[in-house]
Amino acid sequence: MSPTSSSASSSRPLPRRAAIVGANRIPFARSNGAYARASNQDMLTAALDGLVARFGMAGEHVGEVVSGAVLKKSSDFNLTREAVLGSRLAAATPTYDVQQACGTSLQTTLLIANKIALGQIESGIAAGVDTTSDAPIEVNEGLRSVLLAANRAKSTAGVLKALAGLRPGQIVPEIPANREPRTGMSMGEHAAQTAAAWGITRQAQDEIAAASHQNLAKAYDRGFFDDLMTPYLGLTRDNNLRADSTVEGLAKLKPVFKPAGYPDTEATMTAANSTPLTDGAATVLLASDEWAAERHLPVLAHLVDAETSAVDYVHGDEGLLMAPAYAVPRLLERNGLTLQDFDFYEFHEAFASTILATFAAWEDPIFCKEKLGYDEPLGSFDKSKLNVVGSSLATGHPFAATGARIVPTLAKLLHEKGSGRGLISICAAGGQGVVAILEA
Amino acid sequence: MSNDWYSDFVNSSIGRSIAGTVGLPPVPRLRRYEPGQPLLSGPALLGTATADGRVAKVVRSLLTDLGVEVHDDPNSAVGGGSSTSKVAAGIVDATGLSGPGDLAEIQAFLTPVMRRIGPSGRVLVIGDVPAGATAPAVRAARRALEGLVRSAAKEARYGATVNLLHVADGAENDLESTLRFFLSSRSAFVHGQRLDVGTVPGFSGSSQGVDWDKPLAGRTAVVTGAARGIGATVAATLRRDGATVICIDVPASGDALARTANEVGGSALQLDITADHAPATLLEHAQRHGGLDVVVHNAGITRDKLLANQDRDRWNSVIDVNLTSQLKINDALLSSDVFHRGGRIVTVSSMAGIAGNRGQTAYGASKAGVIGMVDATAPLLVEKDATINAVAPGFIETAMTNAMPVGTREAGRRLSSMTQGGLPVDVAETIAWFAQGASYAVNGQVLRVDGQNYLGA
Repeated sequence: MSPTSSSASSSRPLPRRAAIVGANRIPFARSNGAYARASNQDMLTAALDGLVARFGMAGEHVGEVVSGAVLKKSSDFNLTREAVLGSRLAAATPTYDVQQACGTSLQTTLLIANKIALGQIESGIAAGVDTTSDAPIEVNEGLRSVLLAANRAKSTAGVLKALAGLRPGQIVPEIPANREPRTGMSMGEHAAQTAAAWGITRQAQDEIAAASHQNLAKAYDRGFFDDLMTPYLGLTRDNNLRADSTVEGLAKLKPVFKPAGYPDTEATMTAANSTPLTDGAATVLLASDEWAAERHLPVLAHLVDAETSAVDYVHGDEGLLMAPAYAVPRLLERNGLTLQDFDFYEFHEAFASTILATFAAWEDPIFCKEKLGYDEPLGSFDKSKLNVVGSSLATGHPFAATGARIVPTLAKLLHEKGSGRGLISICAAGGQGVVAILEA
Repeated sequence: MSNDWYSDFVNSSIGRSIAGTVGLPPVPRLRRYEPGQPLLSGPALLGTATADGRVAKVVRSLLTDLGVEVHDDPNSAVGGGSSTSKVAAGIVDATGLSGPGDLAEIQAFLTPVMRRIGPSGRVLVIGDVPAGATAPAVRAARRALEGLVRSAAKEARYGATVNLLHVADGAENDLESTLRFFLSSRSAFVHGQRLDVGTVPGFSGSSQGVDWDKPLAGRTAVVTGAARGIGATVAATLRRDGATVICIDVPASGDALARTANEVGGSALQLDITADHAPATLLEHAQRHGGLDVVVHNAGITRDKLLANQDRDRWNSVIDVNLTSQLKINDALLSSDVFHRGGRIVTVSSMAGIAGNRGQTAYGASKAGVIGMVDATAPLLVEKDATINAVAPGFIETAMTNAMPVGTREAGRRLSSMTQGGLPVDVAETIAWFAQGASYAVNGQVLRVDGQNYLGA
């Protein structure tokens, strides 16, 4: 079985396609920097209020607001609802929270879009937010057990007996780490293994990183983000951006994450070709064409279709961040498209090596045959169409906010071009991936 | 808002007695507009200089319709009081003057008015346009009114204002929005000024059916530089008067801009107005609201340097933002149906553009240029039943003036007939009046909102 090219954009059209009308995000800030004292709720509220202002929606209802955060305090169980109540949207706007790691706000986009497609809502806001600065800190498991036992005790004596179990080591809190619970390995360690397995070079990774920064800087300079972003707490641009990044400059950085199990392979990953921890929030306004037309609002693009996949990185022989390598072929096949049928490719740069490994897999006949069941590989595509206005290596990556950054970025690129098709791919912790097609 | 400690002091009970004893100048508290406020807070005196007066009838009809007690004799007992009781307004129809001898009638009327005018009262002289007269004696008499008004303004106390309207022949029935502005507290800081009505020929419009509590109802307005300061107040004032407001500012001020837009229930457009695409982007955004009725060119910057130390980049940035961008946007408005028939362009000049200011050659040039732009654009707009006017603020209490050195700030405040700075809302009220559909006969005007500041007056 081999994917075939087709002029039909979708062999399985949805009842109607949701329109991407516009967006707002706040600039992304490196961890413990400009937004160190901002909470998820603060940032999400600010991003929503900027969207409300851009589209003159103060006091208005939208069908739903769906958002989420990866690092979330338990007291923020109704994070989105609290943010909406603090925003200028009508208080009677329903919400819910979703969490799918780095895929969160692409998934919230799909949830809103699907309800619009089915006619259950006419408009909605998909969003995501994350802070690695104002991260939730939990008491450690030992202390938690003791405190819960004391809480259960029915007598003072029982409480004292439970508290007698306290030990000095229990004071050390649990701070969330970027680590997979089932492997005990950090995301970087996983990515290093994948990079080694696919022979991804340091040079290739640095080229991706330099291009990301240069493209983002150029996009800012031409005002690309003027109607996609609102400044926050003194930031007017993502403060991870280094406009003067060059491959030569990045080559001087010290590599980390020596890949485990690859004794002959040097470490290739650096602080520049890996995304930094970041704080930020992003929102996307979606609607039916009718809703947009009634308000004389532009339709930047439509959501065509999407796919979510997962890989067994624990027991199976697959890399943690390789799920999009499986999701994209399924999405292409369902829509009668080939990998080459796109005008723009928006690939979340968790690590430069991640997207390079994905591309390598699609060019590899063995992977495509054994893992995907195709006689022919998906092949290569024109890399000048990749992340043309920068991506996560330059903007930074507040986990749950990245999808809601990428969706409007691609939608606007397609709108500027006038027509065309773009592919979005986001890998997520837990071995998952979310991919989508937009058309204008 | 204001850090005018002197004003706070002389208006305190102890401060009043000390100021009275040692002769410190008083700082009157000005009556300002609130929705629902009556046009005048008391009776009015209405005089006529000659039997040929054209406007007294119009003024009387407006005032009596609004239930204002009107007396023709300036020495009348009013409001159940005496012949010296305070009045809220003294209006004199000074049209139809045949020569300087007629001015004595005006003196005879205004002398008691000046004694009786109450706090924040309104003295309004309405005359003919001097340029409309060919006979030297007639033109001299008409022109004399300006000297009379500007001098009387310097004598007025307790926040009373004295202003002059010139009414073109045939425009006497097109005065309503202007009379309402000058008589109401919306013109609190407009003092010692002259305004011409109906002087650009070919105007057309109507005051029929206007909701005077919401005179901008149904209109869509753009305000540039709306993130903060005077621009944010303009947005709020236009909204109060019923307009839907599109708030524009540079992307870097987007967070404050979003707050303004959400506060007024409008929309925010992050736009550098000097960008080549700015006029097109503005018009495109306005289509969301079904088109545009009012454009307020408020955005402005200063890059102060003595001319001896000026450089080309600073110079150009001031001229680009304050002047060239407005010209480009106006060109686009003139040639687009998105800018509706009956539209209004209001621009912000400055006292510095009239009087000049040390260190502000670029700013002064740009703000004087704005006046030239208004002069030349006004006749071009007539075919769209549109108008263009400018407000020229004097010393206005803003974050910028609060940051001035004390000496400069105090001089700015006290060297005016009202011995105080104005508020952003004073500028905004003037803009909102220019923006009214009912102000169709007011075109090509530059009105100072400066409490009769002594600079360039």
